[in-house]
Amino acid sequence: MSATVHCFPRQEIMKWNGWGYSDSKFLFNKKGQAEFTGKRYRLSGMILPSLQDWFENTFGASVKQHKSPPSLNAGALPPANLNEAFLQDLTATGIPFSHEADDRVFRAHGHCLHEIFALREGRGFQRVPDMVTWPNCHNDVVKIVELACKHNVCVIPYGGGTSVTGALECPPEEMRCIVSLDTSQMNRILWIDEKNLVARIEAGIIGQDLERLLNEGGYCTGHEPDSMEFSSLGGWVATRASGMKKNVYGNIEDLVVHIKVVTPRGVMEKSCQGPRMSTGPDVHHFILGSEGTLGVVTEVTMKIRPIPEYRKYGSVVFPNFEAGVACLREVAKQRCAPASIRLMDNEQFQFGHALKPQVSSIFTSFVEGLKKFYITKFKGFDPHQLCVATLLFEGDRERVLQHEKQVYDIAAKFGGLAAGEDNGQRGYILTFVIAYLRDLGLDYYVVAESFETSVPWDRVLDLCRNVKERIIRECKERGVQFQPLTSCRVTQTYDAGACVYFYFAFNYRGLADPVHTYEQVEHAARDEILANGGSLSHHHGVGKLRKEWMKESISDVGLGMLRSVKEYVDPDNIFGNRNLL
Amino acid sequence: MASTTLYSQRDPMLKKRDDFEDILEERRNSSDLKYAVRCYAPVLYKGLTPCKANMLKSMVLQSDHLRYVINQVSQESGEAPDIIHEEASVILEEMAHRLKISTVRFFAFTLTKAFKTLFQHICVNEEEYGSWYINLQQAIQEHPVVLLPSHRSYMDFLLMSYILYTYDLALPVIAAGMDFMGMKFIGEMLRMSGAFFIRRSFGGDKLYWAVFSEYVKTMLRNGFAPIEFFLEGTRSRTCKSLTPKIGLLNIVMEPFFKGEVFDVHLVPISISYERILEESLYARELLGVPKPKESTSGLLKARRILSENYGSIHVYFGQPVSIRSLAQDKVNRCKYNLVPRHIPRKPTKETQSFVTDTAYRIVRLQEDSMVLKPWVLMASILLQNLEGLELSLLTEQTLWLRGLAQSCGAFLDWPDHTPSAKVVSSSLALHRGLVCVSGGRVSLVLGEPQGLVTPEEALFNRAVSVLSCASYRNQILHVFIRPAILAVAIHNAASSKKDEVFNCFSFLCKMFSDEFILCPGDTVQDFEEACYLLVKSGSVQTLQQNIVVTDRGQSTLSFLNGLLESFLQGYQVVCQYFCEEACDSLTEKQYIPAVRSFAVKLILAGNLRCYEVLSSDMQKNALAALLRLGAVSKVKVADQVTLKVNKLAVNSLEDTLGGRLPTQKAVLARL
Repeated sequence: MSATVHCFPRQEIMKWNGWGYSDSKFLFNKKGQAEFTGKRYRLSGMILPSLQDWFENTFGASVKQHKSPPSLNAGALPPANLNEAFLQDLTATGIPFSHEADDRVFRAHGHCLHEIFALREGRGFQRVPDMVTWPNCHNDVVKIVELACKHNVCVIPYGGGTSVTGALECPPEEMRCIVSLDTSQMNRILWIDEKNLVARIEAGIIGQDLERLLNEGGYCTGHEPDSMEFSSLGGWVATRASGMKKNVYGNIEDLVVHIKVVTPRGVMEKSCQGPRMSTGPDVHHFILGSEGTLGVVTEVTMKIRPIPEYRKYGSVVFPNFEAGVACLREVAKQRCAPASIRLMDNEQFQFGHALKPQVSSIFTSFVEGLKKFYITKFKGFDPHQLCVATLLFEGDRERVLQHEKQVYDIAAKFGGLAAGEDNGQRGYILTFVIAYLRDLGLDYYVVAESFETSVPWDRVLDLCRNVKERIIRECKERGVQFQPLTSCRVTQTYDAGACVYFYFAFNYRGLADPVHTYEQVEHAARDEILANGGSLSHHHGVGKLRKEWMKESISDVGLGMLRSVKEYVDPDNIFGNRNLL
Repeated sequence: MASTTLYSQRDPMLKKRDDFEDILEERRNSSDLKYAVRCYAPVLYKGLTPCKANMLKSMVLQSDHLRYVINQVSQESGEAPDIIHEEASVILEEMAHRLKISTVRFFAFTLTKAFKTLFQHICVNEEEYGSWYINLQQAIQEHPVVLLPSHRSYMDFLLMSYILYTYDLALPVIAAGMDFMGMKFIGEMLRMSGAFFIRRSFGGDKLYWAVFSEYVKTMLRNGFAPIEFFLEGTRSRTCKSLTPKIGLLNIVMEPFFKGEVFDVHLVPISISYERILEESLYARELLGVPKPKESTSGLLKARRILSENYGSIHVYFGQPVSIRSLAQDKVNRCKYNLVPRHIPRKPTKETQSFVTDTAYRIVRLQEDSMVLKPWVLMASILLQNLEGLELSLLTEQTLWLRGLAQSCGAFLDWPDHTPSAKVVSSSLALHRGLVCVSGGRVSLVLGEPQGLVTPEEALFNRAVSVLSCASYRNQILHVFIRPAILAVAIHNAASSKKDEVFNCFSFLCKMFSDEFILCPGDTVQDFEEACYLLVKSGSVQTLQQNIVVTDRGQSTLSFLNGLLESFLQGYQVVCQYFCEEACDSLTEKQYIPAVRSFAVKLILAGNLRCYEVLSSDMQKNALAALLRLGAVSKVKVADQVTLKVNKLAVNSLEDTLGGRLPTQKAVLARL
């Protein structure tokens, strides 16, 4: 029997062993200067003169020690374990599928450090999907799930592939045929309802496509997770995603009005699209955050908003992180948070400087120098203490300006100085390119990862300090030879707390098993987060990476509730990715 | 277990720890004034929030914790919050220190003078794992540090600050008992050298507790200074370590449990005196002569003591112990996530037992590094020979005991290259107030027999000598306590079967857990340690689940039995008192004098030869044991607390202690 081979464009333009587009990456050129290749981003094609120094000084790394990754070795892939009967029935439906090696490997992983590291080292994975199928619409998914139940094959839904929790990894103990259900062809906006400001959207659509298509009609969702270039609507629902501008638009659970999901028990959806219901526990919440363990989200009705008339960036410099956090807390208290407000610690501020592109105009650098003089000498800010908040305001012009003033007035009470629009905008531009930096690090023996949590306001500072210290301590105890980089930022504010994002990287030369060391340190850091009142995850989810803490996090009974739902909805564990529970 | 981290450093015979540096030596050869005004620039905590002692006060008064408690108290009492706030401010004013470097310099000058006359040497441990002060300096820089010295004398905390000043280390703030404050001028001086004062008892006073705990925690969180306090709560009048009080330890651990600091380091410190300044004062106090109220003039009168020789002091700084590593897998810090951190809460059972456990470990670390002088061995022997013994026999037995003590891990300071006769005679000379040699016989001094003394007075004088002498023997108890309890258990048990001996051992541990440092829950471990030590010294053999005393072990076991004899007898006398004499309306207050006069009667009638039962310390401990075991209970009648006796239970405990009743039955009788 011959498989129908389909090539879909996404895979062609994206890296198979790193983040993002194949044409975009950081590298140190022959002169040792850093540059960012390609044409897709504002930073593309630019030289970053300070990055080398920062990189070498921070990590004790050398740009001379380059490590080139091997190419994909299809031979090393475990042979596809196909279920012939399923294949026969699937072929009859006409839904495209493939069991080509590169299709399978591409969908065998997300972007955890251990996954990317394994790919780069040419080690591959113990278990990968045996085949990939591309349903085109809801009904295709219904057919596939029915066949999967009939023939007892395992289905793992695949959206944008940006998971950082090991959620896409195939359980090595899974003996059945594993089918990766790629939703990328279900990428249409089915209708837009301007009276109610909602849109019906197929769940496979990728964030940037959704935004672009809606923009054409003058609308947006306002949901902008950092991964929005590659992540899908279905993935957002399945992980309880959070967007940068949630202060205006809400997180995914606030944006979703209706969900259609195909489960082994059948299709679940609500009978109306009322804005709120009191009909027992909200069944949507079984699906939001279910991480592909219950079924496939096929269609979603989502709120949309007219594109804001005016958008303005901003930034504030604080003498230290404590002052910055106090200011964010006050902003949250007065419920006047801009669309986005993020506070970077000093390490990230330094790092941001290292990513400054070469300036051609002498005048610009003169102004920069003057600013630095003003802040450090005149205002007495210690360059090794100060930190920066970046702001994004949206709305009609007058309100934005009013809002801006309110926020800057609060900042001033905490010793914050307005530091201009450019600094703010740069911060947000960097959001999308930062993910590319890990690959650069890996080229030079540096491993890096980020993780997040949410925590009540009064514990933010203690948590940040303790987690950073724990990381440094654990690295030392586990034989990491170089001082690790630990950095954090407060990325979201809520009434009762904040979301904190940590970055953590170290030079792994001298370590026998850097990934294992890295995982031990991250594990300890998570223990520390929990001990300091932080949550297991704010928006990344649990996947397989954080399963072991679930019981502690939601109690035995809580876990039992989730288990019983899984048992009812999917008794044969067709959706067998083994996430979460 | 926490014990693994702590015990791993234990076997003292294995490590070289007898290098000490005499810090008085340099003082004797250079200017005291120069020393007092020299540059003092200690390393401080890296997370230090710089603030003055006065700012501390307002931080405390404005803390969420205190505001919460003030409101609570105000609601309960109906007083306006402002008034309660004022009360809090008064409490804080009375409590707070006013650490000033000039006062410290003043003390550096005057104490040097005093120390040089009083003591021959003040020795501080030199090397172990690198130098202790480098370790301590690092700890102070990295984390909030809590200094936990043993407490035997008023000197302790002045001495501690003096040493830290000498080594250019950060000066601590010290939790001191309120009784010092009575001494007007000195009290203020101490305050300015870093002491803060706490009332002895404030059981139910919520506001006081809140001010006090917030004050300590604020200093700890800000890294204001190392915090010093005495785990034993008060000076041990008996030179035996007191069972630790965990209140303050709880307070200093809380910022770690709540994530307010990354870690807190505890530093056990052992201060051993060859002769304690308060020696005879303590004995009198224990016998019920009220201690003189601390007053400046009293202290000046005490100048008399300046003319005496108090030998040397050894101070041993232990390795800083990280609470974070001790608490790993023992305390689930997530428990603190669900209530705002400023709301005071009783510690959970888990936390409570962790803190207790840690307190005991620290006291044991203190004990292990107590430096013991030859005299301690001699006192132990003399107390078992109250009628006196030949000097040559004393020397011989002292040498024998030295071997036994060393095999049990005692930290002995026995002079090198000195004939043993000389060691013995110079010890006798230093303690000539307690012991006399006549006609080649050594015996305890029995007070001045001149003039007409009543039999009670004679008995009292004799008791002073015995208790003073006992305070030296007590210094070595921690070395022998486990083998000694085992020895008694072997003696009392109905057979040599290991489990029967263990039952007996475990009964004794329960009985004596207020008397000796026996960590609750460690009985099995203690039993194994005792067996190991006695087997190692060749005193017992374990044969097929039997514990058998060897021939050469007889003398060891009889010595060990003798060591506990007075405690066994003392507790039995207390039991006897409760069975025979105590009336129904006996109040807690009446108990001590009543049991004392009961014992006096017994001694005068020639029915009892144990003087140590006259010690109020032993009487209190025995009562605590009886209360704990349920043989006596407290009943509150009107304002008075009376003691209700279960005679049957007391009687069976008495018989079990005396070995007249097998252990099992005693337990049954209680039920």
